[in-house]
Amino acid sequence: MQTLRIAAVAAMLGFVALAPALAQEMEYPHQNWSFEGPFGTYDRASAQRGFQIYKEVCSNCHSMKQVYYRNLEGIGLSPDAVKAIAASVDVPTIGDDGQPAERKGLPSDHFKAPYPNDKAARAAQNGALPPDQSVIIKAREGGADYIYSLLLGYEAPPADVKMGDGMNYNKWFTGHQIAMAAPLTEGRVEYADGTKATLEQEARDVTTFLAFVANPEMEERKRMGVRVVLFLAFMTCVTYAVKRQIWSDVHH
Amino acid sequence: MVGLHKSEFQNPVINWIDTRLPLFTMMTKEYGVFPTPKNFNYFWNFGALAMINLMIMIATGIFLAMNYNASTAGAFDSVERIVRDVNYGWLLRYVHMNGASMFFIVVYIHMFRGMYYGSYKKPRELLWMIGVVILLLMMATAFMGYVLPWGQMSYWGATVITNLFSAIPVVGEYIVTLLWGGFSVDNPTLNRFFSLHYLMPFVITGVVFLHVVALHITGSNNPLGIEPKSEQDTLPFHPYYTIKDSVGMCVYLLVFAVLVFFVPDYLGHSDNYIQANPLVTPTHIVPEWYFLPFYAILRSVPSKLGGVLMMFGAIAVLFVLPWLDTSPVRSAKFRPIYRQLMYVFVVDVVVLGYVGGKPPSGMNVVIGQVCTAYYFLHFLVILPILGKMEKPLPLPESISNPVLTMGGGPLPGAALAKPMEKI
Amino acid sequence: MSATAPTLPDGHAQDPGKRDFLKLVAGFSAVIGVGALAWPLIDSMNPSGDVLALSSVEFDLAPVAEGQGVTIVWRGKPIFVRHRTAAEIKTAESVKLSDLGDPAKDADRVKAGHSQWIVLVGICTHLGCVPLGNKPTDPRGDFGGWFCPCHGSQYDVSGRMRHGPAPANLPVPPYAFMTDSRIKIG
Repeated sequence: MQTLRIAAVAAMLGFVALAPALAQEMEYPHQNWSFEGPFGTYDRASAQRGFQIYKEVCSNCHSMKQVYYRNLEGIGLSPDAVKAIAASVDVPTIGDDGQPAERKGLPSDHFKAPYPNDKAARAAQNGALPPDQSVIIKAREGGADYIYSLLLGYEAPPADVKMGDGMNYNKWFTGHQIAMAAPLTEGRVEYADGTKATLEQEARDVTTFLAFVANPEMEERKRMGVRVVLFLAFMTCVTYAVKRQIWSDVHH
Repeated sequence: MVGLHKSEFQNPVINWIDTRLPLFTMMTKEYGVFPTPKNFNYFWNFGALAMINLMIMIATGIFLAMNYNASTAGAFDSVERIVRDVNYGWLLRYVHMNGASMFFIVVYIHMFRGMYYGSYKKPRELLWMIGVVILLLMMATAFMGYVLPWGQMSYWGATVITNLFSAIPVVGEYIVTLLWGGFSVDNPTLNRFFSLHYLMPFVITGVVFLHVVALHITGSNNPLGIEPKSEQDTLPFHPYYTIKDSVGMCVYLLVFAVLVFFVPDYLGHSDNYIQANPLVTPTHIVPEWYFLPFYAILRSVPSKLGGVLMMFGAIAVLFVLPWLDTSPVRSAKFRPIYRQLMYVFVVDVVVLGYVGGKPPSGMNVVIGQVCTAYYFLHFLVILPILGKMEKPLPLPESISNPVLTMGGGPLPGAALAKPMEKI
Repeated sequence: MSATAPTLPDGHAQDPGKRDFLKLVAGFSAVIGVGALAWPLIDSMNPSGDVLALSSVEFDLAPVAEGQGVTIVWRGKPIFVRHRTAAEIKTAESVKLSDLGDPAKDADRVKAGHSQWIVLVGICTHLGCVPLGNKPTDPRGDFGGWFCPCHGSQYDVSGRMRHGPAPANLPVPPYAFMTDSRIKIG
């Protein structure tokens, strides 16, 4: 009786637990990330280096339209540094004469997109649209591990694979042919903080930054989560004790 | 019946109100002294949990709607803005998003309990049927809610599910165009889905009220499946079951909190973080986990109309369950074969869910077809025959008296107070 | 609680004193929990991050000629910026405080050394209409400032309430001169 009950509930819960894994087809090598686990936080230095890579490399093709410059304070940049970063960008506006003009960016501006619209992006990119990177970590099966693997997954195509025009071989990309050429190389950027820019380091840093922009609320969320879970655990114990007391005089 | 109510409340204000509108008397009767079988196990928590879940969904939903923009151009960005910029917006969204999953977990367990302990049997047939109506309404609400973030899964889910109606002969295409308000899922579709998604929870609340009224007419079933015979068999609802439900609620909230705070996207699909694109279908589209068993049934039939009919049939069969199960004994506790088959049924539904989430190829199709066949076999063949053939174990004389009596059938039981009728 | 308190079957007699403490702890914690649950809902209605980020604007005063007023938008509200003439400043400064319903010195309503510029939130303190008077063609009321067409309140060139149902002066928003001809509001 008891085992049956447990089995039925376990089957249901097991199904719920398995559900997300059903659709997943590839397993990506797991990396240790600073933002994992119930107490995980973003490695600020890594995320700042990652922003440098985004700024110098990725943002030439990829937009990040959900993100504001002011969000950069979340990876530990000072308000003044954020202001300076924003001011280094010219954003389109309407001038006093009513004509399109440009002004210096403000922290309250969205990240400037490399192309004015998707059509322009495709036209400049050989027909391929570089996906927006605001939530790319959440929008790909495998998340951070996938992005990291992909960035390191460029290889010479096997002899029997016929590559499409302008396509690049990547062992982690679905179908293995990706329009994006290997974006990162050894020493692709010169880190402001003097960290050696190995390929792995670059991939790790930019992935950390991408994880931050996808989940800027994560640290607050987990902090609150720990408190809520502790509170509810306490409530469960107290309520159960009260229940035991109230039921103590019921004879079965 | 006309005339002022004779209130027994001493407080003059409460008395004044109660005399004219006996709300307080009703609450005391239905949730205070309401005689409830004393032998509930924790499975009986799930009705109350579903009620709590509905309230959480309505509360978070109302505040989300204050910041949501129901247009194809603005929906995706407005959801991102809620998560990023609205104060505690991430919390509201993740609670609402995972709340849908929690709702189905709770309701499926609630239904399992009803089936295992035969809660749908006379005189609770209508109570059960109202519950199935709630399930249907929930499914419609969950489906429309999933469309609102306007991600790829939202868009293609909406396209696939609305296209189910095109299976209807002659008028199918017309109905689909009507649902869409155009020639594809587009701005008008999103707008009406938002409107209906906001409306439905209140319809559900109304039907839940009927569900509770019906429950308080018949009284609750219990793990033994026999009616309470005397006061010895029951306890007042408060404080015995208010506190027991509270324990369950704490555990439920604990599970809920772990999902929301630590793995908010665990039950979702990554494709839904890509903005809807009418020109590209994701390579592998699947519905949310709670629809997977039904999705598997849909795909098991190699005919468009047939698949749709089977899928709706899988729910329709629940409506007539009280008449398909011919056994006079309610609780599986006294039905050794039924008890085993209930377990087989759960496994069958879980396997259906599993293949529903897999690409429809190879063995998955065969397994899906076998499980679909068994699903209907269980309801349409096994239950009617089993009820006639199975020899039930002896039933106890009463809930508080473990003396066994021979022979099946729920004892008529002493007619307890039926408070709803007395108001 | 009431006369219809649960009448317990035999054997269920309550012993109130014994249970009180645990119940109190449980009840108290539950109240805290529900309160903590309600706060995010309520706070979600407060201005969000993107709204707060837009809470300051900069404005170039150079094009505004003497005697002219302009209206700019700050936090979705109209801000009156008026370039006052020497005569207007003199009138504003010479008003006796006892003549005012909401006494305030003109000098306290402008920035030192910039008394030709008056910056006000252009919303009538009565019921929230936008007063007339910024455009040269607008009626400015009997005191040369602003006139609210909704219920006839009148303000002087310092934005002080002088006549009508308005209870207070037009508020001065937080602002600062960045240079002699550029201000930052907010």
